[in-house]
Amino acid sequence: MQNIIYLLLRRMRLPLITIILVYAVSILGLVLVPGLDDQGNVWRMSFFHAFYFVSFMGSTIGFGEIPYPFTDAQRIWTTVAMYMTVLSWLYAIGSLFALLQDPAFRRVVSYSAFSRVVRSIREPFYLVCGIGDAGHLVLRELAEHGIRSVAIDRDADKIQALRLEDFPFHVPGLVADVTDSSVLIAAGLRSKHCAGVVALTDIDHVNLLIAITSKLLAPGLKVICHSESDDSAANMASFGTDHILNPFDTFARLFAMMFQSPSMHLVYAWMTSIHEAPLCDFAAPPRGAWILCGYGRFGKAVQKSLSFKGIRTVLVESDIVKTGAPEGTIHGRGTEAFTLNEAGVEQAVGIIAGTDDDANNLSIIMTARDLNKDLFTVARQNLRRNDAIFAAANINVTMQPGTIIGQGVIDILITPLLADFLRMARQQNEAWANVLVSRVVGVLTDRPPESWIVSISRRNTPAIIEILKRGGTATLENLTTDPRETTAQLPCVPLYIKHANNRESLLPEADTPLQSGDQLLFCGRKDAEKHMRWTAHNFNAINYICSGDDRPSGFLWRWLAERRGTSGSMPGPDPGA
Amino acid sequence: MNLEKVFFAFFIVLALTLNFGFFLGGMDNPDHHNVYELFAALVVSLIATIMKFGDRAHIGAVLLATSLVADLQLIAAVIVWTITVHATDVGMTTMVLSSIVSLSGGALLANITSVIILVTETVMFRR
Repeated sequence: MQNIIYLLLRRMRLPLITIILVYAVSILGLVLVPGLDDQGNVWRMSFFHAFYFVSFMGSTIGFGEIPYPFTDAQRIWTTVAMYMTVLSWLYAIGSLFALLQDPAFRRVVSYSAFSRVVRSIREPFYLVCGIGDAGHLVLRELAEHGIRSVAIDRDADKIQALRLEDFPFHVPGLVADVTDSSVLIAAGLRSKHCAGVVALTDIDHVNLLIAITSKLLAPGLKVICHSESDDSAANMASFGTDHILNPFDTFARLFAMMFQSPSMHLVYAWMTSIHEAPLCDFAAPPRGAWILCGYGRFGKAVQKSLSFKGIRTVLVESDIVKTGAPEGTIHGRGTEAFTLNEAGVEQAVGIIAGTDDDANNLSIIMTARDLNKDLFTVARQNLRRNDAIFAAANINVTMQPGTIIGQGVIDILITPLLADFLRMARQQNEAWANVLVSRVVGVLTDRPPESWIVSISRRNTPAIIEILKRGGTATLENLTTDPRETTAQLPCVPLYIKHANNRESLLPEADTPLQSGDQLLFCGRKDAEKHMRWTAHNFNAINYICSGDDRPSGFLWRWLAERRGTSGSMPGPDPGA
Repeated sequence: MNLEKVFFAFFIVLALTLNFGFFLGGMDNPDHHNVYELFAALVVSLIATIMKFGDRAHIGAVLLATSLVADLQLIAAVIVWTITVHATDVGMTTMVLSSIVSLSGGALLANITSVIILVTETVMFRR
């Protein structure tokens, strides 16, 4: 704010001096030039009258020649003064508008407005740098979960687009260079409300710079980085970056999992996709010879993952020297039939189009399918805006780096319990995953499952805390009982429990006692969550489930029931509790 | 030689000298206090204020403050003059005149402070 006022005053110095000088000269002239009063006597204007006259003349209001009609000498001077004052006003107003339109000035104004908004945030917020597909997804999901965020991007169009989005609340955005540490500070890096920094720009080096700046200026802050090369990932990890997300590695790992354990992959897909993963099993990719087009960062990650699973890949790459492709690589882009024929497309079972050009990837898929229509197709979609054409191409598996990164960040920020669950689930075998999938499918109707977290705490589950405080016990089964029909269970599966003492277990038993501080991960139908939260909040409901007593809830009836001694095993909560 | 510095010093010193010229004379003698001089003092003081706009150094801020004080005092003097002469029947009495002159005396003090600061800064720079 200080900055703006100083800038404004400095730039308006000359126009203001001009106005004052012109006014002074005009007023002095009118005072000096003699006039005549209504009696015909010589009369000179006082400074007061002259100032009054010049004020309305200069602003072109023009009340006329007052107090007495002017003499010709006065009119001559007034003519000169009129042009001078009007021109000086035009000059001053013109300079003011030019200043307000000045891009540099506007940048200062928006910068200072942005830092003011950030300073006024009084709840935890995340600082998101780089608004690509992933950044956009993260901002949207954070907003929908009621978590504040602040966005920075170098591209003015992206910040402009952010302002037009219908987020549930305002997400302040700034057009600035994120490599400037003062920009990060203005965006609230040092604010005590800042909960973490998410660096999602396209350039690994910029992300690295954001991570190191954050770790130096705000050491305790959680930092999540997008990185596409092992080199910069190792660099980021070396100074304690909390989470490093590589879209290619993540996809390669999941893709390899599809071969080895389709049920495990399905569990992953349910738990990590934001909306609507497929309910039923998908077509598992066939084992056999695969063609991999493009040996860039994506191709390398996929090839490595597949070779671990014992799957042979034929590589196709147009720039063998630069990518360091191994011997036996077919030279070509893969968009031409002869390259694909040379790679043995007729005998292959699947093709992976993994170049960094969406049009080429689509072309590879279409050409390959012409040559062998039974191919399992996998394509890399670099830009989200190509959603429609990739959907129309009917590809078996589409890999979107932005979505993978965005989902990774959301899982870390919004459902941290999920990461713990998936870490433990990875160590289980396919048989375990098969049992889990059949249990989850058993409670579902026709829609894919939702997952949610219940934390046993005063804020989230006041009724359970009340039961525990009164010396009662509540088990997991009590929580999953349908509050409307206590003999039935809600359509959900408890996946994972993390106790207050950090002890954790997968698929906890129904008789597990609940303690304050426990965190539970459930998966099941959406309406089950609603009923479960109701039970957790309503003391009467949970008391009925635990003890089978339907306790009177009104004050008078409760008092009567206590007098008669027929009340439930537990006294009611205090009216004020 | 910096032309901007010349103008800057010129207006600050001129504001002081004009102010002094108006102030000089008997407190209650209207012949000693010319209305043109008051007008010139006010105009120059306003210009001096604007010349100090936007200087972010500490000394610039102090100069701006003293200049604003001088403006305020002179504007008060002008308003007293205008109201007593034009809007009321009191006219230019000795009491009114002495209050106008003492208001301009206050502005004079502020202008003297400005000049002292200016001289100090100039001496300290030595280049």
